[in-house]
Amino acid sequence: MAERETPVELVRLTRRFGPVTAVSDVSFRISEREVFGILGPNGSGKTTTIRMLCGLLAPSEGHASVAGFDVGREPDRVKENIGYMSQSFGLYRDLTVDENLRFYGGLYGLDDALEGRLAWAHERMRLAAFGDRLVAPLSGGEKQRVALACATLHRPRVLFLDEPTAGVDPGARRLFWQIIRGLAEEGTTIIVTTHYMDEAERFDRLAFLSLGKLTALGTPAEVKASFGVGMSLEDIFVSLQEQSS
Amino acid sequence: MNLRRLKAIVTKEFIQMRRDRATLGMLMGVPIMQLMMFGYAIRQDVRDLPTVVFDANRTRQSREFVQRLLNTGNFRLNGPVDSYDRAIEAIDHGWARAGVVIPADFAQRLKTGRPVAVQVLVDATDPTASQSAIGAAQLVGQVENVEVMQSRIGALPGRLPLEVRVRPLYNPALKSALFIVPGIIGMILSNILIVITAMAVVREREHGTLEQLIVTPLSRTEIMLGKIAPYVLVGLFQISAVMLVGHLLFGVPMRGSLPFIYGASLVFIVANLGLGLFISTLVKAQAQAMQTAFFFLLPNVLLSGFMFPREAMPAAARWAGLLLPLTYYLQIVRGVVLKGVGLVELWPQALALVGFAALFFTFSTLRFHKQLE
Repeated sequence: MAERETPVELVRLTRRFGPVTAVSDVSFRISEREVFGILGPNGSGKTTTIRMLCGLLAPSEGHASVAGFDVGREPDRVKENIGYMSQSFGLYRDLTVDENLRFYGGLYGLDDALEGRLAWAHERMRLAAFGDRLVAPLSGGEKQRVALACATLHRPRVLFLDEPTAGVDPGARRLFWQIIRGLAEEGTTIIVTTHYMDEAERFDRLAFLSLGKLTALGTPAEVKASFGVGMSLEDIFVSLQEQSS
Repeated sequence: MNLRRLKAIVTKEFIQMRRDRATLGMLMGVPIMQLMMFGYAIRQDVRDLPTVVFDANRTRQSREFVQRLLNTGNFRLNGPVDSYDRAIEAIDHGWARAGVVIPADFAQRLKTGRPVAVQVLVDATDPTASQSAIGAAQLVGQVENVEVMQSRIGALPGRLPLEVRVRPLYNPALKSALFIVPGIIGMILSNILIVITAMAVVREREHGTLEQLIVTPLSRTEIMLGKIAPYVLVGLFQISAVMLVGHLLFGVPMRGSLPFIYGASLVFIVANLGLGLFISTLVKAQAQAMQTAFFFLLPNVLLSGFMFPREAMPAAARWAGLLLPLTYYLQIVRGVVLKGVGLVELWPQALALVGFAALFFTFSTLRFHKQLE
């Protein structure tokens, strides 16, 4: 990680499914240490964009690079350098916390570094007391932190969080955002999709998508200003949703 | 293909398998349970039919005749009755499954050389069960005839002019278990493995873990191999358990080559895992996977020759049976275990299995890949 290219860059990114254009001509850059939000109602192209950035879906037109790798041409390299946490916590409930961590560590080929990273995860994610516990009975916030630990064990350069705080109580949510901030300060670029507009204020910058197009881009304050005085992010979201339905 | 990643997913599968006690118990216990059930309970050779006798003659000759019938082992005396109607009544009520009716003038007619008819009533609601009793009764009649003729004509020259000597090969005692037990191996492998693979993959999808896996560097082929590798071992364990217990309890021999059995089984296992994987791509929930798997299980039991001889089936059913890998696998297992034959005799079946395995596996891999996109 000597060279520091732009961690995430989208250039006229477009994806079509048959006659439907899910993502149309979207361009933006995200810099290092940024916590970046992608917001938009259902069907806005949010998920398709994330899937392309994760190397799961090839762009129809335009291109995007993540951690310096082209998502269409080098999806495998992209996958090695990102972390992804889905809203459903892709954890094995019948495994213990440490077994989950070791499994994901193995998938990213951590080998010798594994024990050190396990200790890091215990400390940073406040999981030290849970190592030998099964995942199933943990609370929503605890599961969330285990999932986050699994997604960051291999020190990804870019971390994707898909609706990360769904079904998590406010206290756990605050702790989660503290941890996220800490990761960003250490140099991780973080991309978050969310429906919770109150959380949008936490992002350094955000992009609003509507009907597959980029409709706003900037800091929360800039985005609010561009939609007119007195509009909250929630108002903007609702009005976009109404337009699209 | 990265071995470290493969090792990570195989390790994970084993931990999950170990932790799910119910499924583990099923994987280990069901083969033995089925072996016991099929081995002990299923007898196609019905013996000892409970029999009532209405002997209206009550002579030494009539009693001797009844004794001969009983000596075949197909009939067991359940008591005398005092009329034809009582005999029918006993069979109607299920107290007896057969009745022997001897007319009042039995001995007299025999002595004076007039023909006489003995009636043997057999409850033929179950054709298989009644078959051997019917055969035995007819045989006793023929033997009796020969003896009567002999005594009438005087001593025949030593031997009868024609004698048919039947020599049952491979299973001289005609024990059902010898036929059934090797079949159970194939039955268990296909049924359990199809269900388990289908469920295992669908469970990952249901819990959202598959979504998480595909954003890791794990390739789709690695996911698939990692998921099925543990079940290949389970399958091999099941074969070994059934063969061993079958040998100890039922005296099932191993006349052919053990490596050939394991080789053919491996191919068969892969074919079934491919089928299970294919089912997992068709359904959304574990319950659905279970139901869809059952759709394949019934033909396996009925058409493969596991329980019912394929020779007796109408042409359409026989052809349908040719589409099941189990049909070929059964021929291989029975051939090797009971007849001691090998690849020289069984290559067409082995080739068919390889074809199925390649077909199912390729097809389900393609579908699996496509579905994850």
